[in-house]
Amino acid sequence: MSKITSKFKNMTDTNLLLTITIVVFFLMYIGAIIFQGKGFLKPQTFFNILNANAALIILSCGMSLVMITGGIDISVGGVTALVSMCCAVYLDYKGGNVAVSMLIAILIGLAYGIVQGFLVAYLDIQPFIVSLAGMFFARGMTTIVNTNPFNVANESFVALKDTRIIVPGMGSVNKLGKYVNAYVEIGVIVALIVVIVMFCLLRWTKLGRSFYAVGGNKQSALMLGINVKKTKFLSHVICSLLAGIGGYVYFLHVGSGAVTHAQGAEMNAIASSIIGGTMLTGGVGNVIGTFFGVLSLSTIQNIVSSAGLDQAWWTGITIAAMLCIFLVVQSVVMARKKSAVKK
Amino acid sequence: MSRILKNQIFIPIAALLLLLLFNLIADPTFFKIAMGVNSDGNPVLSGPIITIINNGSELAILAIGMTLVTAASGGQDISVGAAIAIAGSTMLRVLCGTNTRPDTLRTPVFVAFIVGCLVAMAFGAFNGLLVSIFKIQPMVATLILYTAGRSIAAWINNNELPIISDPKFAYYGGFIPGIPVPTPFFIAMACVVIIFLVLKFTNLGLYTQAVGINESSSRLNGINPVFIKWLTFVILGVCVAVAALIKVSRLSSINYSVIAKDIEMDAILAVALGGNALSGGKFNMAASIIGAFVIQTLTTTLFKYNVPSDALPAYKAVVVILLVVISAPTFRESMTKLMSRLKSGKKKEVANV
Repeated sequence: MSKITSKFKNMTDTNLLLTITIVVFFLMYIGAIIFQGKGFLKPQTFFNILNANAALIILSCGMSLVMITGGIDISVGGVTALVSMCCAVYLDYKGGNVAVSMLIAILIGLAYGIVQGFLVAYLDIQPFIVSLAGMFFARGMTTIVNTNPFNVANESFVALKDTRIIVPGMGSVNKLGKYVNAYVEIGVIVALIVVIVMFCLLRWTKLGRSFYAVGGNKQSALMLGINVKKTKFLSHVICSLLAGIGGYVYFLHVGSGAVTHAQGAEMNAIASSIIGGTMLTGGVGNVIGTFFGVLSLSTIQNIVSSAGLDQAWWTGITIAAMLCIFLVVQSVVMARKKSAVKK
Repeated sequence: MSRILKNQIFIPIAALLLLLLFNLIADPTFFKIAMGVNSDGNPVLSGPIITIINNGSELAILAIGMTLVTAASGGQDISVGAAIAIAGSTMLRVLCGTNTRPDTLRTPVFVAFIVGCLVAMAFGAFNGLLVSIFKIQPMVATLILYTAGRSIAAWINNNELPIISDPKFAYYGGFIPGIPVPTPFFIAMACVVIIFLVLKFTNLGLYTQAVGINESSSRLNGINPVFIKWLTFVILGVCVAVAALIKVSRLSSINYSVIAKDIEMDAILAVALGGNALSGGKFNMAASIIGAFVIQTLTTTLFKYNVPSDALPAYKAVVVILLVVISAPTFRESMTKLMSRLKSGKKKEVANV
């Protein structure tokens, strides 16, 4: 027991919060299997959670990065909506090809990142205000591009959208006795690649470590010879770039453009990051945790809807309750750890 | 001249004058105030200016609370819109009971307001608790209520939409018979007067700024920063309740997902426009309140030129970015450097000649 406690004390903040998140996710999933029956035992249920939340995973990875650096970006939901609308309009009205629409998504993300990063890093304006204006601008621009929601009928796009990647050995037998293969969408593969790349970036590269340093303590980062402004700038660029990619994945999932798309996605991304153990004060966090944060969030939603509590309000209330518990646990754990270190 | 320019209140007033000047040049009918008769047969004033002071009232009331929260905690409450939905829903529940189409009100409006106020204060206290005791960043702490608020509001009334037919209830968001000026304006002015009296005769303003500037040194000076932070959130709760009364009274009903949507962003904007640092510390209440009316003027102006309400945020965003860039210290410094370089360049030219 004492060994475990000492291990607990020696853990870095990041690993401690990460462990809590992963444990909570598995407990929640096991709970779901016990109380909600066999639906959750089917691998496809899990894959559906992934399919529906691939975009959110990508957005949350970017959000975690900005939060680790000590900032925040609430424009990601707006960028998602803007990207899906622009791509939809391009594919439908102009009859363009899919590769160019991907390029459009990435360019929108990059442009957003460069402007916001410049304002935050080099003009010292609060990230909250900058990205708030960014969100307003994106939502407004979406309306200006096109007011009415519509579906995309472009053939090559629809073919891409309906591509299913079959996961071998995970299928199940349906009610008619037929074997149905388990599948994931392309977006999930993109999301997993993003998570792995971001994990490697944050863990093993000089740039990745400097994000933690800047978020942890700006002054000491400066003393270490890190270019604080450039690091902050890059964090916003990467976050918005991921918002562009996430926006395209979202677009690939829903296949339409609308002003109301990804409403509140920024808040879900922040919530997932927090549940995943990223602290808003900066310097602490991990994208693997964020990945599990998104999964926990959507598992809760699935449990709520399959438990028959499908009145809309229950989802909001349960997510908020979970967020509240996680925040308080984080704050208490960190406070206790600090006092333990002092002793 | 430079003293006027440096005064914090200069920024919002200049913005307001600029907007009004634009309207004066583009279309002087903006300032036209017409006397009309509304559907109840009461004499009422109408016109864009009246719309501004009418619709800007809730924002001005919220700006009061938001300024205090910003100054004390260095963060913003993003749950005010959701809290308005909760308080409004509570008021309707108290007024209607389980019957959603009552012919008479079950309780006086005053009682309903008090109950709604207590509920809003309780939620404010909850936010304040997370911020002051658990030391969670205000924006994140209020994210909880932001996510849950509208759901809770729907749950209070069982997701039904009560409609109140009693015309007396509509007085608070409309017109009192015989008085042509909209009631919300009077309510907002009353709130403004109260907060100025409070700031003048109590230490609230001083303590709030002290906590915002340096928490630990204010503690060493005998101020309780935890309590002050908590108190500002409770005061914001009261402001939310007043705004909720106006909002609900305007419709005599409620729409949980739409009521006071995005008003938190406008309220934060009002504080920023007033030149108050969003990182806390010193504040100027009058500047925030004028900032609220600047935002409403901008909204009304844009509506006048047939900008669809969904596209409105894009224009607002441009204005916000311009404002924050101009008021950013780094930008100002580099501009002063540039100006002095230009000046010295000119001098050199003169010398060369």
